[in-house]
Amino acid sequence: MRISPQVEQKLAFVFIRGMGLIAITLPVFIAVYVLVEGLGAMNLAFFLTSPRGGISGEGGISSCIVATLWLLAMTMLVLTPLGIGAGVYLAEYAPDNRLTRLIRYGVELLAGIPSIVFGLFGFALFVIALRQGYSILAGSLTLAILLLPFLTRSTEEALRSVPRSFREAAFSLGATKWQTLRHVLFPAALPGILTGIILCLGGALAESAPLWVTMGGSHELPHSPLEPGRALAVHIFYLAMETRALDKALAAGAVLVALIVMLNFLARWISSAIRRAQWTPR
Amino acid sequence: MSTARAERTASLARVSLARLIDRAMSRRLADRLSELSFSVLGLFSLLLLLFIAAFIFKEAFPAFAELKLGLFGEEWYPSRGEYGILTMVVGSIAVTALALLIALPLSLGCAIYLSELATPRVYRFARPAVELLVGIPSVVYGLVGMVLLCPLIAKFGGGSGSSVLAAGVVLAVMILPTIATISEDSLRAVPRSYREAAFALGATHWQMIKSVLLPASRPGIVAAVVLGTGRAIGETMAMLMVIGNSPIFPKSLLEPARTLTGNIALEINYATGLHASVLFATGAVLFLLVMLINGIGYVLYRKGVGR
Repeated sequence: MRISPQVEQKLAFVFIRGMGLIAITLPVFIAVYVLVEGLGAMNLAFFLTSPRGGISGEGGISSCIVATLWLLAMTMLVLTPLGIGAGVYLAEYAPDNRLTRLIRYGVELLAGIPSIVFGLFGFALFVIALRQGYSILAGSLTLAILLLPFLTRSTEEALRSVPRSFREAAFSLGATKWQTLRHVLFPAALPGILTGIILCLGGALAESAPLWVTMGGSHELPHSPLEPGRALAVHIFYLAMETRALDKALAAGAVLVALIVMLNFLARWISSAIRRAQWTPR
Repeated sequence: MSTARAERTASLARVSLARLIDRAMSRRLADRLSELSFSVLGLFSLLLLLFIAAFIFKEAFPAFAELKLGLFGEEWYPSRGEYGILTMVVGSIAVTALALLIALPLSLGCAIYLSELATPRVYRFARPAVELLVGIPSVVYGLVGMVLLCPLIAKFGGGSGSSVLAAGVVLAVMILPTIATISEDSLRAVPRSYREAAFALGATHWQMIKSVLLPASRPGIVAAVVLGTGRAIGETMAMLMVIGNSPIFPKSLLEPARTLTGNIALEINYATGLHASVLFATGAVLFLLVMLINGIGYVLYRKGVGR
């Protein structure tokens, strides 16, 4: 029996709507579940005390927040110049030849390599070979390298998406390449570059595997980036696997999800705000 | 015009000419300096990334040289000097395949729904919701899996609940948004005239989707699936939390297993000598798996473009 196109369409659309419904309610459900369950175990003391460590689930997340802030600051300090520099180089200065294409392909490939492989590298190089020991610095350097392909690519794409006419107008006024870059291309590509940086911050917050093997996971308050520490995401892992304090783990998860959602909104808001400011006649 | 005045004009002209030359020099200098510094920064970053790949393979070399095919044996007992990673290769491939099996219909359905059927009001809410999933940390997925999914599996399937099934479902949820959003973008990128031509021939909406939109956006969908698969095979922490981590062949979906990524994460911090090298070899195998996935994707992509 052949079914008519109309019936086939009905069936197909029921299926598609069903899949769409599941796929869309799932994220909402997970985010709401973590936030709601997490709020239950959250209070002021949760933010102001250190975790007790060991197999005890007692205590809060204060030292993890400090470690995470150190981690983010050090990571961005290393990542931003390298990533933006590499992006500008690829978009503006790299000659269009075989070597450049090979390099670009290598970067694409490394962007897809599992993060734990970077952790392996960071552990062997920073923790062992360079004798830094487990430290926030070792974690930061590992994260910076991990996020480097992403920031390079988003910077390059932001610069490439600036209309050709902008460049030509600047050159026709006699501007050098650097002047064009500084006064025309950078401002125009700024929303894209900033979005890339904020997404890297979100990625650094969410990352856990390479930090688990390079940062040491001490629950104590780090006094400098040369000491070991425990990032928030890694703390969730410790709570879930080594203690049975799943309520505390959900609370820490809620903090992390809330931070990442806020960063996402910030990224959207910043890029639209800059665009508005640039396109309003002064 | 008096001579004094003429002289003054001439000297002014000389001064401003000198200033112009000065400025041009510094302009050139700034240009050269910026080119130099961006090139140094850029090449340094890029070389750094290539250095990592070389480093991993260099450290893995002793394991390959000493164990040869023994590396792909079935027994993983580092204390007895047995370093077979075959169970982990199977574990990684099993969870990734299961995740794809679950995520593909969901994410492609979701992509078609978003690009074709959703009303603008639903779309304005739904697309950011799906995008939100991309940013949620993997430990949070693992945690939700531990809290909600594993007890459910333990209740109906027996055992502890930590299993290939739990890992596959958690992974499916994790890669769903990546595949859905990129596929939706490529569905939307199909030129309007293609749709109109199909409708003009009397095709129903579904016939148009099936025989015009999906084939036309195939390269983008393949890219999305490749990206999702790469993410699945590289996931570490969420897998550690729900898969049980026993280095054995899982005989059913309800049994625990261990992934390649989990193996590295669990053991690198205390491994020395050959053991450490084997873990680097595990990383190299992951590296090669990702390249293989990309290669398959590339072939499918070219096929899609050729049509």
